[in-house]
Amino acid sequence: MTEYLIKNGFVFDPVLGIRGDVADVAMKDGKIVETNAVKNPKVIDATGRTVMAGGVDIHAHVAGPKVNIGRNFRPEDKLFNTRPGRGVERMQGGFSVPTTIRTGYNYARMGYTTVMEAAMPPLYARHTHEEMRDTPIIDQGAFPVFGNNWFVLEYLKNNEIENAAAYIAWLLRATKGYAIKVVNPGGTEAWGWGLNCENVHDPVPYFDITPAQIVKGLIEANEYLGLPHSMHIHANNLGNPGNYTTTLDTFKISEGIKPKGRFGRDQVMHHTHVQFHSYGGDSWGNMESRADSIMDYVNSHDNITIDMGQVTLDETTTMTADGPFEHHLTELNHLKWANSDVELETAAGVVPYLYSPNIKVCAIQWCIGLELALLAKDPMRVFITTDHPNAGPFIRYPRVIKWLMCQEAREQQLDAFKHKDKVIDATHIAGIDRELDLYEIAQMTRAGSAKALGLSDIYGGLAPGLMADVAVFDFNPNEPYVPDDIENAFSNAEHLFKAGVHVINNHEIASNGNKRTLWVDAKVNENPQVMRDVKEKFLRYYTVTLNNYEVSGHHYVPNPYVIEVDATQ
Amino acid sequence: MTKTITDVICPFCGTLCDDLEVVVSKDGKKLLEVYNACAIGAEKFLHSQAEDRLTRPRMRQEDGSWKEISYDEAIEYTAKILTDAKKPLMYGWSSTNCEAQGVGSEIGEYVGAVMDNTATVCHGTSLIAVQDIGIPSCTLGEVKNRADRIVFWGCNPAHAHPRHMSRYSIYPRGFFTGKGHTGRKMVVVDPRVTDTARIADVHLQIEQGRDYELLDALRVAFKGEQLPDVVAGIPKEKIIEVADTLKSGRFVIIFFGMGVTQSLGKNHNIDAAIAVTRDLNEYTKAAIMPMRGHYNVTGSGQVWGWQFGFPFAVDLSRGFARYNPGETTSNDLLRRGEVDAVFVLGSDPGAHFPFSSVKKIYDLPSVAVEPHETPTTEVCKVHVPVAFVGVEVGGCAYRMDNVPIETRKVVDAPEGMMTDEEFLTRVLARVKEIKGI
Amino acid sequence: MNTVTLTIKNQPGLFLEADSISPDTLAGKKTDEITSLPVYIGREEHRLGDFFEVSGNAGATAADTKIIVKGDLSRVKYIGMKMTAGEVVVNGNADMYVGAWMAGGRITVNGNVDAFAGTGMRGGEIIINGNAGNYLGSAYRGDWRGMSGGKITVKGDAGSDLGTFMNGGEIIVGGNVDVHVATHAEGGKIIIKGNAKSRLGGQMVEGEIYVFGDIDVMMPGFAYREDVELEVDGTKGLFALYEGDLGERHRKRKGQMIYGKLYQLIRP
Repeated sequence: MTEYLIKNGFVFDPVLGIRGDVADVAMKDGKIVETNAVKNPKVIDATGRTVMAGGVDIHAHVAGPKVNIGRNFRPEDKLFNTRPGRGVERMQGGFSVPTTIRTGYNYARMGYTTVMEAAMPPLYARHTHEEMRDTPIIDQGAFPVFGNNWFVLEYLKNNEIENAAAYIAWLLRATKGYAIKVVNPGGTEAWGWGLNCENVHDPVPYFDITPAQIVKGLIEANEYLGLPHSMHIHANNLGNPGNYTTTLDTFKISEGIKPKGRFGRDQVMHHTHVQFHSYGGDSWGNMESRADSIMDYVNSHDNITIDMGQVTLDETTTMTADGPFEHHLTELNHLKWANSDVELETAAGVVPYLYSPNIKVCAIQWCIGLELALLAKDPMRVFITTDHPNAGPFIRYPRVIKWLMCQEAREQQLDAFKHKDKVIDATHIAGIDRELDLYEIAQMTRAGSAKALGLSDIYGGLAPGLMADVAVFDFNPNEPYVPDDIENAFSNAEHLFKAGVHVINNHEIASNGNKRTLWVDAKVNENPQVMRDVKEKFLRYYTVTLNNYEVSGHHYVPNPYVIEVDATQ
Repeated sequence: MTKTITDVICPFCGTLCDDLEVVVSKDGKKLLEVYNACAIGAEKFLHSQAEDRLTRPRMRQEDGSWKEISYDEAIEYTAKILTDAKKPLMYGWSSTNCEAQGVGSEIGEYVGAVMDNTATVCHGTSLIAVQDIGIPSCTLGEVKNRADRIVFWGCNPAHAHPRHMSRYSIYPRGFFTGKGHTGRKMVVVDPRVTDTARIADVHLQIEQGRDYELLDALRVAFKGEQLPDVVAGIPKEKIIEVADTLKSGRFVIIFFGMGVTQSLGKNHNIDAAIAVTRDLNEYTKAAIMPMRGHYNVTGSGQVWGWQFGFPFAVDLSRGFARYNPGETTSNDLLRRGEVDAVFVLGSDPGAHFPFSSVKKIYDLPSVAVEPHETPTTEVCKVHVPVAFVGVEVGGCAYRMDNVPIETRKVVDAPEGMMTDEEFLTRVLARVKEIKGI
Repeated sequence: MNTVTLTIKNQPGLFLEADSISPDTLAGKKTDEITSLPVYIGREEHRLGDFFEVSGNAGATAADTKIIVKGDLSRVKYIGMKMTAGEVVVNGNADMYVGAWMAGGRITVNGNVDAFAGTGMRGGEIIINGNAGNYLGSAYRGDWRGMSGGKITVKGDAGSDLGTFMNGGEIIVGGNVDVHVATHAEGGKIIIKGNAKSRLGGQMVEGEIYVFGDIDVMMPGFAYREDVELEVDGTKGLFALYEGDLGERHRKRKGQMIYGKLYQLIRP
């Protein structure tokens, strides 16, 4: 394998604590190595450029059944938005829901090398894996959803943590999943009857359990197993005015629980796309930002991490396992609505959405997302996302970075809002002059997210021994620049290395890489009761047989990276 | 001595039953018996054992006779006609696995083909409707566990999807449906008294071609607005009664088939049926599902969805993917003379397309990759017999509710036969060679 | 205004994709530059001059440019696509997508057009002196933003799926139309001077349809309200007003429910 040496770049690496110093980065056999460990490297001159580790996205909807519903039911998302193939580069299409090929390339162009698919319906695990397999370059893992799973509801109703953990371990293996994802706990099961659970104490119909019990039980099961990532939640009551209290109630469930396991994360709860969960007021008329209350809590509790879910003011496609929310949305905007309820497990909805700068609520949402990041005391615990494609397509990350780094860019956008004054009244952003630096951006996009995923031993930094995932951006932080320079540079990496393979060379896709799928194999003590329950539920309620449920490796996960966890204490 | 293979997936229809048991000879070369399958499914398995089965490719000669050729020659011919063509049509893809579909897509990309599947003459109109209005749907297990109002509109599962009613929709006892069929109300909308209609609680014997009007009338009835006395041959009182029956259910499911997708109005009928389902979600829970035909037509729509963004009728000729049924659909392309070569795999357009289209295929360079001798192989220049997917080779297939299931190999293909995927992989390699990629 | 004349000299074996034939693309170009504009047959790229005799230079802007296309263009797609200004005159039959996604200017076709003319049209004018195919003035697949402005006039008949998802603008058909008119429309005006078949205004939220001739089958979701005296495109008469689609959602304005309106001429 070719050795590489990236010379003289301005390096930003929270893992090594390098804050823009000029340094060299060496790669050999797919790993970062000491600069003296390479003998005859190919040299990349990064003079005047920014060098970072490959980005790590903790939450995006990029592969699987609901993403493909979004693609297939939105031909207009691809109209005049295609890119022909060239050389090794295959043809690409789509804006808010790009094809898998475009997904891989566009992440790479932004310098990202690892992306987590945030919601995998277990029964559709094969589909999710087929799409990830066909997404070039980036490493991926998928989070199976557990928060409305009948096994989980029944075990946790009786607080049977060990049984829940055994079931989770079995399902992670069966689906080749990475982490425990929870979406609208209990509410999505209620959606099976057209109902919802709007707060953490709202009982789940017929299951005699509350969302709070589900969340607490899944955190405990997660720590019982000592999984790499924490429980990863999208709480109840998403998107409604006044919902910040539900979010705080959800946060509080984690109080007093400490992380276990060998993966080095500090949190026991990752709450995703918090922008959608930080609303005050009690109607769309008086909806306001409560990002301050939310960040007060996050800043003072080390065992929580969050990501933004930044609204990008685009036309996009919303998609979530929060079935009742998508129905609510289609009733508001009257656009096409797809829904897919999944037996015993979950649901999903998909609705196109236009975040217009002329609509007050959309502008307030834009402010809230940025406030979360700008009020963060510890950028290692607050990550940049757009909940792709829900709040906007991931290709806007460079724009989000621009907004976070430049007050001038934020003011330009505020000035462009039709209801600027009302928006400023309902938010805090006008009073925030903080401008994040590239070191903090590296924390929020690489080091922090890798750590929260329990992957800090392979991703997120430039320390020797880590994967050789390295991005070079044509951006000189020491020269004067205008805000758009940031967006342009971070949209179009000059070089990208994935596991030591030169996948972008001089801004062009040079290789389709050698993508890997991460999954977690957790070993637990034999649990005959759980296996009996599994057999019975398949016999009686599922429509596939137990023997046809498990995802086999060869076709679906041809290049796995298996993280083994031993919970057989 | 024999051995029994369990949990076998049936590669016939979109119901994709996965509980078959197949008895094979000890050496795995002979398939002896099939249990749990419907008559059609069992036949599909047993057909692979036909003594007179073709096992090698053949090429049509000047005088109309066939001459056996090698797989290498067939690969060469296929790669050549695809790379020579300005705009080849690559059609079918519904009776094969997703692995083959994936390789096929890549070939299509390099040769600038139009990729189309059997939805084009079946549920493509449903896909168009979904693009216009969306689709509230669910997996078949949701139907089994929750549904108490079952509507079959323009479909006849008793014949076309024989195990559908027993496995999923009418008879099973699920978690919330412990009474089985006695707890369910079954409504059938069909101009004919089909075997499905015979067992329904309510049969709306609709006037042919007036589905759009009847669906609209149901929506009017939901809202309590005024209706004409008779719509589509059904009296107003009956329409209101059915509307009330649906609204009073806890979980409504509408299944629909080619009776509405390919009759007057096509996609609009489905659009209206989906609108009915949307409306019902204001009163109760409701879902709707197409009764997909070929066992993996759904899968080809999924594969193209993630690779190109469209579920059928994908035109790759300009180096990027475009889609517009009416233009990029197989029959429109053939009828108008827009394509100059035809490749068929996993379908039988010779039997299902209008005669005018079939004649066009006959006039063009053409290949059919197909285990059977079919009307399509009769009009193509080269016929490449391959192993039966789901019998002689496994692979991924998507059920009518989009659930992916991995089909199983139960018996060896005859010595030396290629699978779809193997054949396509070789064609792809040759195409890349010819094009210098 | 400068005029460029394109006379088809070679028929394509398959179909020619000629979205270059638009005042916006030609603007500022001389004859030889126009000759080398790209056109496509399947995956092959050719020059416009391979198929057309080109004469004349374009004006400096689209607005200053008139294109006359001559001959049998029934295998030529995309004439006038996305044009924003200027003029195109087609002397012959044209294939699909005439004036699709057009925003301004004028296209006159002295012949018939195939499907998808005026798809997603936002402004300008299309005059078709023959017949139009299906999907005239409709939305692109999946888009809820169909024709939103401009005017389409057809002398002869139009096919099915006329004005799907129409939000604004006007379509006038001199002859008869096939099924499905103004489906899902939320605005705009369609005048049919001949006969209509069935499924007029299905799932219509808002907008207006006028029919001078017969309607084979009225949608059940349309209810008769009253007779009104109107003048429609120069024809005065008594029209029966139906409102619908009663099964569809509707907006309220000033407490009043707004329905789609379907007027049928009772007597001139």
